[in-house]
Amino acid sequence: MYAQLVETGTSKLKTLDEMSPEERQFQERINDEIKIEPKNWMPDAYRKTLIRQISQHAHSEIVGMLPEGNWLTRAPTLKRKLQLMAKIQDEAGHGLYLYSAMETLGADRDEEIDKLHDGRAKYSSIFNYPTLNWADMGTVGWLVDGAAIVNQVPLQRTSYGPYARAMIRVCKEESFHQRQGFQILLTMMQEGTDDQKAMVQDSINRFWWPALMMFGPSDEHSPNSAQSMAWKIKRHSNDELRQRFLDQTVPQLELLGCTAPDPDLKYNEETGHYEFGEIDWKEFFDVVKGNGPCNRERIEARRSAIDNGAWVRDAAVAYAAKRQRRAA
Amino acid sequence: MADWPLFEVFIRSKHGLNHKHVGSVHAADRSMAIENARELYTRRNEGVSIWIIPASEITASSPDEKEPLFDPSNDKVYRHASFYKLPKEVGHM
Repeated sequence: MYAQLVETGTSKLKTLDEMSPEERQFQERINDEIKIEPKNWMPDAYRKTLIRQISQHAHSEIVGMLPEGNWLTRAPTLKRKLQLMAKIQDEAGHGLYLYSAMETLGADRDEEIDKLHDGRAKYSSIFNYPTLNWADMGTVGWLVDGAAIVNQVPLQRTSYGPYARAMIRVCKEESFHQRQGFQILLTMMQEGTDDQKAMVQDSINRFWWPALMMFGPSDEHSPNSAQSMAWKIKRHSNDELRQRFLDQTVPQLELLGCTAPDPDLKYNEETGHYEFGEIDWKEFFDVVKGNGPCNRERIEARRSAIDNGAWVRDAAVAYAAKRQRRAA
Repeated sequence: MADWPLFEVFIRSKHGLNHKHVGSVHAADRSMAIENARELYTRRNEGVSIWIIPASEITASSPDEKEPLFDPSNDKVYRHASFYKLPKEVGHM
């Protein structure tokens, strides 16, 4: 999940009878699966929650470029380098589709980016883990983008029109990401040396649990879920999506010939689902609070990108002004 | 990005359809807006033509006017082909 722990600012779900006439009309539209569009009336809390959720989602896409950027100059072949570059460019694109959707709610892009840089806004916990070997590029594509797809597919039907439409574009592009990631791992496992195979297993061992954490806290610890689900800006519970991800991922893990770092992982014939061990929620909350292995480094990289890119933005403005003067 | 106005982006796909709204970009001027839109919205052959327009130049109908604007067309069923029942012998028309 690219948006975790999104605060809704509401403590209790209102019934239709408790709502004002306009709020009731709004909720009925959502219940009827009619999209909310930028100019429609919406409760303030809906607008604020969506800005929080979409900006967090956008920030995740942008920060998500950093762990992959780490391997761009060290990709093993030119082909892999081009693929990785295309994927990273897509992530930038996804961030921009989302910022653009967020702006339709009246949010200011610069202001929201400032919130990321001074720690007021979050991004997905997963991007605070380092990418230590080349196999991590495969694992990130396969597990991290795989988890993102499970989260994003239902968001194509989210109640806010511009967000839903951005998600449709994003989802079209994500499957390339996941397939290229899995293929990196498969190639290493099928054609690699023992060392390269060990690299794949090491990478999976490090990313397995953080990938499961991407879906956010378990349902009983998700106080905002009820409101988000009523607004249909969240369509399935965290645990439900986590289970869906696990069920589709374990057979792929077996196909690779690798294992999960979870001794409790097993298939339940009766339910048709995989069961898994206890997630280390302390680690999750530590990372979310800013104390993961790479939190500081990621924010520092974003800040310096904005600061060091200032001259490019200034140059563009100066060039536009010059062109306008010449045309006049 | 305070200096960079917002532009709405419209793309025409190669199948001869109308330009369709796809999203927006910020840019210092119109020609850079086209370049940014190309990078953002046509990475996979999505289009053969781009229109950009400053977001501030768009006039949109208001949701409050939905009824006076669109309701009048609701009760004119005779504007649809399916209103005209013809004998089977006519075949496809």
